[in-house]
Amino acid sequence: MGLGLLVVIWLITLIGSYFIIAKTWWLPVGASAAAAGIDHHFTTTFVLMGIVFIAAQLALGWFAWKYRDRGAASGPAQYSHGSTKLEVVWTILTIILFIGLNLASESIWATERFDAAKPGSLQVEVTGMQFAWYFRYPGPDGRFGATKPELEDASLGGAGALGLDTTDPASKDDVITGTMVVPVNREIEVILRSHDVIHSFFVPAMRFKQDAVPGLAIHMHFTPIETGEFEIACAELCGLGHYKMHGIVKVVSDEEFSQWLAAREAEKQ
Amino acid sequence: MASFSTTATLDEPQVSRGNEGGAPPIFGGGDDGRAGRGLPDYPTRLRRARLGLLVALTPVLMLFVSFTSAYVVRQGLPTVDPRTNQLVRDWVPVKLPGLLWVNTLVLLLSSVGMELARRQMKVRAAAVTTRQMGQVPVSAERKAPWLAITIALGLSFLLGQWMAWKRLGASGFYVATTPSSSFVYLLTGAHAVHLMGGVVALLVAGLFVLLRRPVTTRSIVVDVAGWYWHFMAALWVYILCLLEFAR
Amino acid sequence: MATHELAAHAAHAHAAPQGFIRKYIFSLDHKVIGLQYFFLALVAVFTGIFLSLLMRIHLIWPTASLPFFGEIKPETYLSLLTMHGTIMVFFVLTTAPQGGFGNYFLPIQIGAPDMAFPVLNMLSFWTTFLGFIVLVAAFFVTGGAPLHGWTGYAPLSALPSAGPGEGLGADLWIISIAIFCIGALMGALNFITTTLDMRAKGMTLMRMPLTCWAWFVTAILGLLAFGVLLSAGILLLMDRNLGTSFFVPLVTVNGVLTGHKGGSPLLWQHLFWFFGHPEVYIAILPAMGLCSQLLSVFSRKPIFGYKAMVYAILAIGFLGFMVWGHHMFMSGMSPYTAFAFSIMTMGIGVPSAIKTFNWLGTMWRGKIRFSSPMLFAIGFVSLFVVGGISGPFLAQPVLDIYLHETYFVIAHFHLIMGVASIFGIFAATYYWFPKMFGRMMNETLAKTHFWVTFVGAYAIFMPMHYYGMAGGLRRYSQGTEVAWIHKLAPIQQFITFAAFITIAGQFIFLFNLFWSMKKGEKAADNPWEATTLEWITATPPPHDNFGGITPVVHHGPYEYSVPGAPRDFVMQTDAPVAPKH
Repeated sequence: MGLGLLVVIWLITLIGSYFIIAKTWWLPVGASAAAAGIDHHFTTTFVLMGIVFIAAQLALGWFAWKYRDRGAASGPAQYSHGSTKLEVVWTILTIILFIGLNLASESIWATERFDAAKPGSLQVEVTGMQFAWYFRYPGPDGRFGATKPELEDASLGGAGALGLDTTDPASKDDVITGTMVVPVNREIEVILRSHDVIHSFFVPAMRFKQDAVPGLAIHMHFTPIETGEFEIACAELCGLGHYKMHGIVKVVSDEEFSQWLAAREAEKQ
Repeated sequence: MASFSTTATLDEPQVSRGNEGGAPPIFGGGDDGRAGRGLPDYPTRLRRARLGLLVALTPVLMLFVSFTSAYVVRQGLPTVDPRTNQLVRDWVPVKLPGLLWVNTLVLLLSSVGMELARRQMKVRAAAVTTRQMGQVPVSAERKAPWLAITIALGLSFLLGQWMAWKRLGASGFYVATTPSSSFVYLLTGAHAVHLMGGVVALLVAGLFVLLRRPVTTRSIVVDVAGWYWHFMAALWVYILCLLEFAR
Repeated sequence: MATHELAAHAAHAHAAPQGFIRKYIFSLDHKVIGLQYFFLALVAVFTGIFLSLLMRIHLIWPTASLPFFGEIKPETYLSLLTMHGTIMVFFVLTTAPQGGFGNYFLPIQIGAPDMAFPVLNMLSFWTTFLGFIVLVAAFFVTGGAPLHGWTGYAPLSALPSAGPGEGLGADLWIISIAIFCIGALMGALNFITTTLDMRAKGMTLMRMPLTCWAWFVTAILGLLAFGVLLSAGILLLMDRNLGTSFFVPLVTVNGVLTGHKGGSPLLWQHLFWFFGHPEVYIAILPAMGLCSQLLSVFSRKPIFGYKAMVYAILAIGFLGFMVWGHHMFMSGMSPYTAFAFSIMTMGIGVPSAIKTFNWLGTMWRGKIRFSSPMLFAIGFVSLFVVGGISGPFLAQPVLDIYLHETYFVIAHFHLIMGVASIFGIFAATYYWFPKMFGRMMNETLAKTHFWVTFVGAYAIFMPMHYYGMAGGLRRYSQGTEVAWIHKLAPIQQFITFAAFITIAGQFIFLFNLFWSMKKGEKAADNPWEATTLEWITATPPPHDNFGGITPVVHHGPYEYSVPGAPRDFVMQTDAPVAPKH
C-alpha cells in the first residue's frame, strides 16, 4: 500500500508537471507591451511554486513508503513533539518566498494599474450589455457625447444600442462600432461601461482583463505591439448569453487606423 | 484494548451507569461545577447561559456593523450619470420624526425596569439556593412587577416605532424613496425585530411562572434577557446617533 | 435548589428519551443531531454531484437531448451551476464536517455529556434542513432556479428581468441562505460555549485534540461571518422586492429602465466576500484538524509541532478575515487596495504551509498503518498541496489579470474544497463509523473507493489548470462560440469521462456505508488504538456519552510510541506517569 501510494503520487506529480513544463496548453503569444513582464513573472512563479509542489508531493509519497509499518522489522516510531527551531526556520523561509514573490510582481501591477493612461493615448469607450460589446471613439472633438437610457434601442445597431443623444453636439462625431479597431504601438485608454449587469472585457493576447461595472466608468490602458485580430470574451457571468458575448480587437498600422476612422466619420455625414 | 473501567479516574463512586432504570446518572466533581446529582448547579448554568449570550450577541453586532458599513459606503458613493457622463451622488438626508426621541426615552426607561427585574429575580434565586426552608411564597411579596412593566414599556417602544414609520411615510419618505430613507427603515426595522425577540423572552419568563418552573431557571432566563435588553437599548442609541449625526 | 426540584430536573434532562419522535426526530442528543446533519449532507452531496454530472454532459454535448430533462439550455446550465455551488458550499462543506462530525464528537472529545444548549442544537439542525428544502424548491417554481452563480453578484441577482430564474427562484435562493445563516449561527453558539465551558477536568485547551481546535475556530469564523452574509441577503431582498437601490445603479435591461439608481454592485461583492472568504476556511479547517488527528494515530507518532498547529489554525482564522478583496482584483476596486489584499493573501499561505510541513513531519520516522482513514488523510495532504499551490498564482494581481474567471480558479477551489475537504469527510466517516454504528466498514470496498476517488479527482481537476492557462473561461455553458476556447474541447471531454468514472466510484462508498451499518463486522471500543476520549466510551456511546462517569484527563491527545510505556499509545485518561526520582 505504501509502495502504491508512492508510485501513484509520484506519477501524478510528474505527469501533471510535464504538461506545464511542456506548455502543452498555454497562454497565447503576448501581443501587448505588458505581456513580456507578466509572462516572465508567470515563469518565475511556476518555477518557484513548482519546486515546492514537486518536493512536497515526492516527500509525501516517499514517507508513505519508507515509514510503513513492517511489523517487527520496523522499530518503534520516533516519539517527537516537533522542533521549534525547524518551525521558525521554515516559517521564515516561507514568508520570504511568498512575500518576496508577490513584491516582485508589484512593479508590473503599479505600471499597469496605478498610473493613468499617458496623454496622447487613444481613447475608446467599451460598453458591455447583454450580450454584445460596443466600441465608441470620441472623434475629432475628443469628447464623448451624452447617452440617454431612454433612447436605447439595440435593434438600431451601434448608436441606438448605446442610446446616443443626437441632440448633444459632442455626439455628432462619435463613431460606434461592433469591432474594436486600434493602431499598433500606441497606448489605448479604454473606458469600461455597462448598461445592465457586470461584464468583463478580456483579451488574453493582450493580457488584459477588467470588469465593466454598471454605474462606473473604469479607465484602464494597454499598448498593443503586434498587428492582427484578437478575440475578446466576456469574463464575468452576465446571463444566459454570457458564453457567446464575444468580439474582436483588430490591431492595424497607424495609417490603416487613420483611414478606417476617417471612413467611419465620413459615413456619418 | 483500552476501556475506561481500568484507566479512567473517578472522583465519586458511581451509583448507576448509563441508561439503566431511568435513574439519573451521577457525575463526579470536575470542571463543570456539578456539585451533586444530575444537572449542573445554578452558578454553572448561569455562567454558561451568560457565556452563550455573549457569543450570541456577536453575530447580532456583526449584522449591524455590516449595515453600518453599507450605510457609510452608500452615502459616499458616486455613480456615473450616463446622461452627463459625470459622477453624481444621490444621497438626500432624511429628517427623523421627533417621535424617535420619545421612543428612545421609553426604551431607556424600560432598560431601568429590566435591570430592576433582573436583580429582583437574582435575589429570589439566591434566597432559594441558600437552602431556606420552603420557597418564598410569591403572593406574600410586596415588590413591584418589574418584569411586567418592562414588557409593557418594550411593547410601547415597538408601537412608537411603528407610529414613527407612519409619520416618516406621511412626510414622503418610504422605504425606496431615497437610499437614506431605505437605511432608516432597515436599521429601525432590524432593531425592532431583535427587540421583539427580547419581548418574547420576557413573556417566556412570565410563562414559566405560570408553569411553576424553578425560580433558578426563571432567574437565568430573566438575567440573560436582561443583558440582551440592555444591549438592544445601547444598540438603539447607536442607530439613532448614526441616523441623526451621520446624515 | 430544593432536592426534589433537582432530581426532577435531572430526570427530565438526562434520562434517555423514549419514543420514536423524541429519540430520532426531535432528539436533543448531540450524537443523533450529528447523524441528522451527516445524512442531510449525504443527500445534499449526491444532489450536488448529480447537478455537476448534468453540467459535465452539457459541456461536451451541448445540443444533446437527455432523457427526462430534454435539451439543457444555456440558462439551465447556469442554474445547475448556481445550485451546485450553493448546495455543495453550504449544505455539504459547512454541514458535514462541523454540524455532522463536530456535533457528534466535540462534546465527547472534551469529556462533556452533551452540547451546552441541546434544544438550540436540535433547532439548528431543523433550521438547516428547512433551508435545504427552500433551496431545492427554487427548481420547481416558475422560472426555475436562479442563474447568477453561488456568488450571486448584483445587479444580475438583483433584477428579475436580467434572466430566467431570477424571479421567484432567486428570492427562494436568498431566503434559503438566510435561513441557513441562522441555523449556522445557532450551531456556532453551541460549539463555542461548549468548548469554553464544558471541558472535563484536566482537559486544558492545549490538551484538546486538533479536531476540537479546528471546530472551535471554525465556529468563531462562522459567528463573525454569517451575520454579514445575512445582512447582504436582506439588502438584496430589499433591492429585488422593495425597490431600494443598495446594489443597483441606473441600469436598463434590454433597453428598459429598472427604476433603480445610485447603488453599488461592488458593495455586494465586499459584503459577500467578507463572508465568502472565511467560509472557505470554515470548509477546510475541520478537515485539517482531522488530518492531523489521523496522521498521528496511524503513524503511531505525536503530531509534529502541536503548538505550531494550534497557532496555524488561529492564524488562518484571523487572517481569513483580511483577504476577501483577492476575489475582487478585477472588479474595479482600487489597485492600491488590491495590493494590500494581495500581501495579506500571500501571508495566509504561510500557516497553511506550516501545517503541511508538520503533517509531513508527523509521518517522518513513523510506523504507518494503511487503514482507510489513513489513506484518505494522506490523500488529503496531497490534494491540499496541489490545490494550495495554485493559490499564490491567484493571489498576485498581475497574474490574476489573466487567470481570474478562468478554469484555473475552478481547479484551485475544487481541489481544496471539492476534493481535499471531501476527503476529510470520507476519512471522518471511515474513522468514526465504528464508534457511531458499532460496526466496521468493509476495508476492501473502502480502499477501492479511495483509489478510484484519488486518481479520479486528479484526472478531473488537474487538466482544469491547463484549460485555464490557455484562457478557458468559467461559467460558459458551452465553449463553441469563442475560437480559442473551442480549441480546448478535448480537455473538457477528458474531464467529463474522468468524472463519469469517479462519480460511479462514489456508489461504492454509499453501498459500503449502508451495508456495513447492518452487516459490518462488529467493532471493538477502540479499533484503531487511538488515545482521544471518544475511544474510552462504549460503542456506540450511551446517551450521556461516558456512562455516568466524568472522565479526568492526564495526558495530551497524541501520546503514541511513548518510550517506556507498556503499549504504543497512552489514552488521555490513563493514570499520570509517576515522576522519576
